[in-house]
Amino acid sequence: MNRAVRILAPILLVGLLLGVWEAACRALAVPAYFLPPPSAVAANLASDWPVLLRSAWNTLAMALAALAVASILAQALALAVGLSPVLERAVRPLAVVLQVTPVVAIAPLVVIWAGIDHPQRAIVALAAVVAFFPIFSGAVTGLKSADPDLERLFDLYGASRPQRLARLRLPAAVPFLLEGHKVAAGLAVIGAVVAEFVAGSGGAQGLAWRILEAGNRLQTAKMFAALAVLGLLGAVLHALLEALERYGLRWWRGR
Amino acid sequence: MTVAALDEVEVDYAGRGKALGPFSLALAEGEITALVGPSGCGKSTALRLLAGLEGPTRGTVRRAPGRGETAVVFQAPTLAPWLSALANVALPLELAGTPRGQARARAAEALAAVGLPTAAAARPAQLSGGMAMRVSLARALVTQPRLLLLDEPFAALDEITRRGLADDVLALWAAIHPAVVFVTHNVEEAVYMASRVVVLSRGPGRAAGEIVVDAPLPRPPGFRVTAKFRECVETVSAALVRGMAG
Repeated sequence: MNRAVRILAPILLVGLLLGVWEAACRALAVPAYFLPPPSAVAANLASDWPVLLRSAWNTLAMALAALAVASILAQALALAVGLSPVLERAVRPLAVVLQVTPVVAIAPLVVIWAGIDHPQRAIVALAAVVAFFPIFSGAVTGLKSADPDLERLFDLYGASRPQRLARLRLPAAVPFLLEGHKVAAGLAVIGAVVAEFVAGSGGAQGLAWRILEAGNRLQTAKMFAALAVLGLLGAVLHALLEALERYGLRWWRGR
Repeated sequence: MTVAALDEVEVDYAGRGKALGPFSLALAEGEITALVGPSGCGKSTALRLLAGLEGPTRGTVRRAPGRGETAVVFQAPTLAPWLSALANVALPLELAGTPRGQARARAAEALAAVGLPTAAAARPAQLSGGMAMRVSLARALVTQPRLLLLDEPFAALDEITRRGLADDVLALWAAIHPAVVFVTHNVEEAVYMASRVVVLSRGPGRAAGEIVVDAPLPRPPGFRVTAKFRECVETVSAALVRGMAG
């Protein structure tokens, strides 16, 4: 498959689907509140883009703040757990319970704790909960991932615990940390959107609020426009993190 | 003088039963001993005992070398992928507290000694299998060990590369004269490398024979086609067959 085909194939598919959608809406005279044609969505995107862009930025900023919080907490805890097997035994069951509890279920509690005036704090906290686990489990696995023969070599040369950590376990964990952060960033965006829905307040002015607001007013084209921006935001973030991971691995492995 | 010795050692692994023994082996200073035996006979276990990485279930292990005076080369190169070849070789010295600059200088010498003076900056992923093994060898030799343990170090390499490395290992041995234990399942390689070949029976391994290879080390050119080499190979093979029968 050559380069042109690789790039054109998905674009053609999207164009085809949009064309069918547009034609069907016109031919069947579907009411606009039920399913607006792509042309109406595009018109909405064109007229509302300053608001949508600001909302997208708000969602992204909350997701990134959550990622930063989750990254620090998860790596600190993974390090503590990596140094003490007893602590790992103690933490694991709790971590699993927190992980399998859906974020929507704990959202109302967090909203209360954050205070009704600070929905952003609640959203960042909830997105951080979601982003925590990929980084935590990646770090825990990574810290144990060193080649057992390399571990034996460190035994043989009488390495101290700090030496083993700094020169073996931490560097060996790098690929797992990269992967964990990639997954966590995607989840942080999802977490931020879900949390904003649950918070159900316009205080944070993210993309989820745009969708809620438009939905309540039956402005369906506006909902689609916000969804399109959200999809684009997710795709761009994903591509960026993929590239970052690839670059990071190349630096780590030297190839 | 004895560098390390196993006295009637036995090793049991939980769930797998007895892996080795009873088995005794004494290593003289500067001597090269090959351990030959079928897969699963416990030769790698014996090596880990000699390295002090494991303890025996019964029997005693005596070791003269102190910290940093034992080196092991594993079947795989076992290099840290995030470090350059030079940093990998310098690692044992740096772990022992040698200042970084000095450690790197000695590592560069060790790399030159194994024939890789220009590979210092390369990462393990950029090296061929044979080159990576040489880096691993340089890392083992950089501390000038009294005891060098080689656990099937050439098993993953092609025949030409293994032969080249065998001669290089012997030349490097001649320079610093460590006691060497060479574990292999290749009879010809064992006879070529060692002045003494110890044959283990099938697991749990016990001594099934000991053959002295009375010829100069490092080997003169063409040693593989001499009558003495062929005769030793046949004797070791016969002992191996007896050991397999149990």
